[in-house]
Amino acid sequence: MVIKIFRNFFKRIFSNIFKNKKEIKLGFYGPPNAGKTSLANRICKDFTGEEIGKVSKIPHETRSIQFKERVEINYKGKTIIFKMIDTPGIATRIDYEKFLKYKIKKKEAKKRAKEATQGVIESIKWLDDMDLVVIVLDSTENPYNQVNITIIGNLVARKIPVLIVANKVDLKKSDIKKIEAAFPEYEVVGISAKYGKNLEEFYESIFKLSKKIK
Amino acid sequence: MKKKSENLGRIKGFSIQFLPYSEIRDLNSNERIRKILKIVLGNNILILQGKLTAEEEARLIGDTMAMIGYVKNFKGIELAVISGNGNEGFFGRMKKGIVNSLSGGDLGAITIIGPATIVKEIKRNPKKIELLLNR
Repeated sequence: MVIKIFRNFFKRIFSNIFKNKKEIKLGFYGPPNAGKTSLANRICKDFTGEEIGKVSKIPHETRSIQFKERVEINYKGKTIIFKMIDTPGIATRIDYEKFLKYKIKKKEAKKRAKEATQGVIESIKWLDDMDLVVIVLDSTENPYNQVNITIIGNLVARKIPVLIVANKVDLKKSDIKKIEAAFPEYEVVGISAKYGKNLEEFYESIFKLSKKIK
Repeated sequence: MKKKSENLGRIKGFSIQFLPYSEIRDLNSNERIRKILKIVLGNNILILQGKLTAEEEARLIGDTMAMIGYVKNFKGIELAVISGNGNEGFFGRMKKGIVNSLSGGDLGAITIIGPATIVKEIKRNPKKIELLLNR
């Protein structure tokens, strides 16, 4: 009996050590221009000193999957190693003419649109490989968007834990309650990736959700 | 005679097609998506009884993206699903589950899919849905 208790105790300790050493694949998903790269940059910069990708006001700035390996996040004395995966924004329509408004030349806009379509396809393919996903939504926009529902539906079908982040809470138009009402079954954390606001709550939720990874 | 693809981008001549769920019930995912895209590429707004699975929706988005740039004037789709709000409670969900399994799909849901050249935006909130068309 005593031997059994000791055996279980050591087994638990060793399994926890190895579990923590393994990288958790943390994906950032959401519609274009919600702030996925801004949030991933903020985390990477805080814990590695380097950013993951370029941000811009022009939608579809991230057009291919970007990685940052072995990002060790420390929170309240605990450490988890993540592989950060920043994905291109998922959209159902891409029109190169929309990019012309940002003073991009036609040829460049067409190239950007083509790359953006490939980016969406890549993001969808990568859904299978995630351990944990952060859905980044712009809290100034209407959350009742089919793309958001489709992404969450796919993650639920794959039993991947989901955290919803309501970004841009620093803006006047921000409405977290609307996001909470749209996704009542999920935890919603309001943050400002740009100003690093409320990231403590974000890390707490990520650490909590990490325990649910199967 | 003008090709169908040349008509994309014009609001004239679009139609609304209703597709009962029985038309896609026995199709596999590939066939369902092919059927839907064929209707949408024909300058139609599709109103589908029921809904696709989340995986099929993702595949539909992926296939749509693959067509942009290859089908003339095609800029993607607008998509919205109107379904129960999920607040039915345990017995409500159980009842819905039994009905759905007997009918082979969520017949209480409605899926709207239109080409982006015609449908500017599908605005939705819990209480209403608005279909905004391009002029």
